[in-house]
Amino acid sequence: MYYSFTPEQTQFRDVIRRFLAAQSPTVTVRQTMASSRGWEPALWQRLNDDLGLAGIHVPEALGGGGFGDQELGIACEELGRALTCAPYLSSAVLATQALRNGATPAEQESLLPRIVTGATTATLAWMEGPHWSGCEDIALCARSDGDAWRLEGRKSYVLDGVTAERVVVAAREAGRDDDAGIGLYLVDGEASGLHRRALASIDETRRLAELDFDGVTAQRLGHPGSGAAALARTLDDAAVALAHELVGAAQALLEASVEYARLRMQFGRPIGSFQAIKHQCANLLLELELAKAAVYYAAAARETGDADSAALASQAKVQASEAALASAREAIQIHGGIGFTWDQDTHLWFKRVSCAAVLLGDAAWHRERFLALTEVAA
Amino acid sequence: MSDIDERAVRAEVRAWLEQHWDPQRDLVSWRELLADSGWGVPHWPRAWFGRDLPVALCGAIEAEFEAVGAVGVARIGIRMLAAATLLEHGTEQHKSRFLRRILTGEDTWCQLFSEPGSGSDLAGATTRADFDGTQWTVNGQKLWTTSAHHAEWGLLLARTDWDAPKHQGLSYFVIDMTQPGVTVQPVKQMNGYASFNQVFLTDAHVPPENLVGAVGEGWQVAMTTLAHERRNADALRRWGEASTRAGRIYDEERAEIANVMAPYTWYPQRTGRVDLALARAHDTGRLADPALRQELARLLMLSRSSEWLAQRARTAREAGRPEGPEGSLGKLAASHVARQAAAVHTAISGADAMLAGADGPLDGLIAEILLSVPATSIAGGTDEIQLNIIAERVLGLPREPRLDGGPFRDVPRNPER
Repeated sequence: MYYSFTPEQTQFRDVIRRFLAAQSPTVTVRQTMASSRGWEPALWQRLNDDLGLAGIHVPEALGGGGFGDQELGIACEELGRALTCAPYLSSAVLATQALRNGATPAEQESLLPRIVTGATTATLAWMEGPHWSGCEDIALCARSDGDAWRLEGRKSYVLDGVTAERVVVAAREAGRDDDAGIGLYLVDGEASGLHRRALASIDETRRLAELDFDGVTAQRLGHPGSGAAALARTLDDAAVALAHELVGAAQALLEASVEYARLRMQFGRPIGSFQAIKHQCANLLLELELAKAAVYYAAAARETGDADSAALASQAKVQASEAALASAREAIQIHGGIGFTWDQDTHLWFKRVSCAAVLLGDAAWHRERFLALTEVAA
Repeated sequence: MSDIDERAVRAEVRAWLEQHWDPQRDLVSWRELLADSGWGVPHWPRAWFGRDLPVALCGAIEAEFEAVGAVGVARIGIRMLAAATLLEHGTEQHKSRFLRRILTGEDTWCQLFSEPGSGSDLAGATTRADFDGTQWTVNGQKLWTTSAHHAEWGLLLARTDWDAPKHQGLSYFVIDMTQPGVTVQPVKQMNGYASFNQVFLTDAHVPPENLVGAVGEGWQVAMTTLAHERRNADALRRWGEASTRAGRIYDEERAEIANVMAPYTWYPQRTGRVDLALARAHDTGRLADPALRQELARLLMLSRSSEWLAQRARTAREAGRPEGPEGSLGKLAASHVARQAAAVHTAISGADAMLAGADGPLDGLIAEILLSVPATSIAGGTDEIQLNIIAERVLGLPREPRLDGGPFRDVPRNPER
């Protein structure tokens, strides 16, 4: 499983790819990204009704497909390849994994089934400032108020934060400055005192929001003291999922570049016959295949509970981001002036990749984390 | 291949070894017995020292050999490439004359392909072979010839028709390396070692029966040799490790391996020695440097993902699926790993990176790494050639227009030396 896919997994990939080619071509992506909510409920419902994507990795007992991290990865890779506008990373990955990692079994049973079917969308709010070093960056305050909790503070860079019907919030219990004071709290998207503001993102295919919490009523999830570990695990789950999305995007970009280089004639020959272009394409393929090897390995490691899985998640994120950024940069370069125009599709992936590269930690941050973890293991 | 077949074959080879294996035998007589039994090269044809068994079963058979410590047929060096080429393109006479002594290790072979004027462009060879009605006379110069200094036989690619297009004017021969017309000189490399040779062919002779394949079909035959070179690269590394067991036959095998491997003690260093990086960064106190930490992380990630990429290719091959692009990308990845490793070793060493020998870090090992790594992106096909192959065969990008069509004598080429 570390080095290959089963025939069933390959078939699953083919089904999603065909579906998205038909239902989410770039003309649709362009229409959807110009809409106010940023994703189409009808397409989201079909992704879940027809393909069961939002719960593919969730146990059947909770309404999911009962598959694992590899299938989740395949779904993310294909969605990244097609650049589909959908609250997948926010709801199916970040919020769902936060609940699976941090909520009690009873809470999961009450919350997950509706998220798994796509009937409800959710997201996770953990970032406050532009840099993330860990739980010490969480200042948003949770105060006990009878049976409930009240949240005070601000979260930013919240994926699909304006449209999400439920928000899982990483907050710090009042008066606690250690990691044990970090908890996951559930908030209703329409709760009073919650002010949501859309942020203008360079990637219009995925929406970001800033959330102000002014005494918002919240439900604390999971057992006290377990929030920090659950959050860390969730962010690694999401990093691996996002890495899959990035290799999907890189694949799409490379294919578009190669196709263009085969057809575009200059100086009486296809530009793809010049070594300056063909070597660039071959280098991109090498970087992409190395990234895939790392990303697929990381997914398999999460499924088997490999002791190395946190370092592997960081490695996957680094290599996928770097491969995708290189593919995006060179795709525009190979397309020349036309690649810098709005009508040509390359910029859509360029923007997605540029955002995904910094989301959940940039390459330098993950390299440092990888080395720190590797150093301890060695 | 079913488990039953594998169990039956394992039982059969175990029984044969029980009856015949004796570590006190001398190496050649044991290998003669082994060659004649077919267990030395079980995937070869039954008529020629094999058993017609699928390659997939060879691992199981080797495991049975390892279990009792039985020595295998001679495999290191160019000999297996010669054998594979002769099995595919040789005459009955070639096979009966050469194959058995290849397996026993009595004959050593070398490959006379590259020339000073044709490196990446192997088909541009200008070493000539002229036929006078009774024998071929060979004149020219070959380069990068591993083992030429102790080889009995050479696989020679030479031009026999200067009016034919480049690839169609070549022929393939087996040449006697011990004759007076063949002079072998070592080539000293930038790292101080002399692992390869240049071979001067001055009115050297080849009898007509030593032609392999037809006149003018040398390129196709050479392709067979090169295909096996790539395929064997993995296995050869493993066979280059001598057994540590005690006994006469092991002593003889160790001496054989030491003799062949002697010029290549620096080979591990050309990979960049990633294995040393983290521990050395720690031991030298450099591990706290954030810039070094970034580069070290890059190196370890690149190295690990290269291994996984190679493992993906092996897994696909073993499952009988098409290999995908992984195989052809591995060599390029190795170049990147080696270069990044050299950069990291330099950063860890600081000013000590200038020092060699006993004055240098790790008793000169780091200097040897820094001076050996440049070989990785050249040997066995340069990075630029690998990029062309990937771009054209994997990505389907168009070939570059060529300027070497038409009769070879009109093709622009390097000046004669």
